[in-house]
Amino acid sequence: MRPTVRVVLAEDGVLLREGLAGLLGRFGFEVVAAVGDAEALLAAAAEHEPDLVVTDIRMPPGFSDEGLRAAVELRRARPGLAVVALSQYVELSYAAELLDSRDGVRVGYLLKDRVVDVEDFVSALRRVVEGGTVVDPTVVRQLLRRSRDPLSRLSAREREVLALIAEGHSNSAITRILHISDATVGKHVGNILAKLDLPLTDDKHRRVLAVLTYLRGTA
Amino acid sequence: MTSTDPRNPLESVARRRFLISSWPWRSAGYLLTTAGPALAAAVPFAVLALPWAAALSSRHGFGARTVFAALGALLVAGLGPLVALPLAGVERRRLRLVDTRPVTSGHVPASGAARWLRVRYGEAATWRELGYACLLLAAAPVLYGAFFMIALFVVGLAASPLLAGNGSGRAGEPLALGPVKIDSVAEALPYGAAGLVLLAALPYAAALLAGAHAALARALLGRGSGERLRAELVEVSRSRARLVDAFEAERRRIERDLHDGAQQRLVSLTLKLGLVRVELPPGSEAGRDVADAHEEAKLLMTELRELIRGIHPRVLTDRGLPAALAELADRSPVPVTVRADLPERLPPHEEGTAYFVAAEALANVAKHSRATRAALTAATRGRTLVLEVEDDGRGGADPGRGTGLTGLADRVAVIGGRMLLSSPAGGPTLLRVEIPCGRRSE
Repeated sequence: MRPTVRVVLAEDGVLLREGLAGLLGRFGFEVVAAVGDAEALLAAAAEHEPDLVVTDIRMPPGFSDEGLRAAVELRRARPGLAVVALSQYVELSYAAELLDSRDGVRVGYLLKDRVVDVEDFVSALRRVVEGGTVVDPTVVRQLLRRSRDPLSRLSAREREVLALIAEGHSNSAITRILHISDATVGKHVGNILAKLDLPLTDDKHRRVLAVLTYLRGTA
Repeated sequence: MTSTDPRNPLESVARRRFLISSWPWRSAGYLLTTAGPALAAAVPFAVLALPWAAALSSRHGFGARTVFAALGALLVAGLGPLVALPLAGVERRRLRLVDTRPVTSGHVPASGAARWLRVRYGEAATWRELGYACLLLAAAPVLYGAFFMIALFVVGLAASPLLAGNGSGRAGEPLALGPVKIDSVAEALPYGAAGLVLLAALPYAAALLAGAHAALARALLGRGSGERLRAELVEVSRSRARLVDAFEAERRRIERDLHDGAQQRLVSLTLKLGLVRVELPPGSEAGRDVADAHEEAKLLMTELRELIRGIHPRVLTDRGLPAALAELADRSPVPVTVRADLPERLPPHEEGTAYFVAAEALANVAKHSRATRAALTAATRGRTLVLEVEDDGRGGADPGRGTGLTGLADRVAVIGGRMLLSSPAGGPTLLRVEIPCGRRSE
């Protein structure tokens, strides 16, 4: 039995906030506070000392990146805090800022629409809480599109695998998702890392960061 | 024309009911009130024209008289407008007495003393007004004087029987009315009758004089046809800009409503379906139905998001043009490099136009150009946003075919920008759009 993960949730849309709170409760998270703006998020995090903060990036009063600012601030104060930021659209600078905070350990950057795939969403949250890094596949796809170099060097299948690596999946998880053999996944991962001149490692967290760092460097 | 009311004294004199209409009185009022502004303007103009008096004097030699004449002309031309401008303002107001159509000045608005002087001295309207002032001071005294002499004479004729009676009774001298000498009431009677007839004609004469003056004032103090056309054009383009602004505001409102309303509800609904889907056994009929519904809802979410993006992209509202252009490039099937060098946020309307131009241009690149890559650059040069979309495709883009490019050009023209296209057969194609920013800073 895993220990209960205590969550502070920040989302300004009431409907979605309630939906998310219900979802987290259903999957064994304990939502200790659900708030509607960044100020309240900071206060609730200080009061409850949660394990995980799930926050919308765009919140009142300015509706720009208040949630992200709060998340980065919380991470600075408590390095171990897991943070998952939800964004309406892919904004690479947001993702970059999160990943740069405390080496990108225990952070997630997901598109808001992901929450409707409840099981995937919950498993992404768990990966972050367990020390992983999760980046929305759209981010990887964008980075791949923007980086001129690996685009030509990776096959379509390898790019697919790369996106899954960036999402923080282990080799066995990729095996399950793509319905291919363990050996094939191992071969793809090896090829990708070799082609991008990245260190060969099975540590999925370090893998994610290596891949993202590489892609951001070439984008 | 007879069914409409006369608009000025000249039109009114042809009417049968002229004498019992208000026009004789209005004309008389106009003629009498001419004295005020004319006298007020006469004093400064007399000062300005002093050198001319010297030029006319025979005490000076020819050279000196030429110098004086030139000096007078210089003074009148240089400082005259400063008198003529307020005089014209008063005269335009006074014109309402005898002209039902409003007359507007041909001046363009100008603020700031230096700018005001530069604009005013460069305007045709100013010089027409100076001409009016000169005419008023030179011709009006003669014509008005003649009219009042005649009027006095006619009144005298009409009153001659009374005057002759009184006059003879008092001093026994004949009554002199110009060349006419009247000794008795009986002798005065035909003159009196003629005077009465002429008295009835007097209002007509007054209306004609007032009408002529008013027509001249209208011609010289109102807008010339070029100025009228320009003013109308300005008004038309302003109203077009207002329309487009309203349209743009409406788009944003719709986007906001969809985003805050329908989209939120849909995400929440889809989330609930996702939750139920997890709860139900995957093989069951209910499980399959809910799974279908969940997938449907997800598709709808995607569609709604695309729809909202088409109306006004959220990333543009939140993060500005560079971020929105980058996102646009990411979605293009043709690889696009983006270089957006914008130090600050642009006004919303300009930003939106630039975004939609880029979106349409990239869509064209993907659809027609067969390009393998494209480049999108945005930069500000002074107060102008320059947006360029370049591709290595086959070229031959023609605004004449299809409405896409003309639509773009129209959209840009509305906010005072322009679009340039170079697309020789065989390529490459370069679309350049220049949009003035800060045009409507008020």
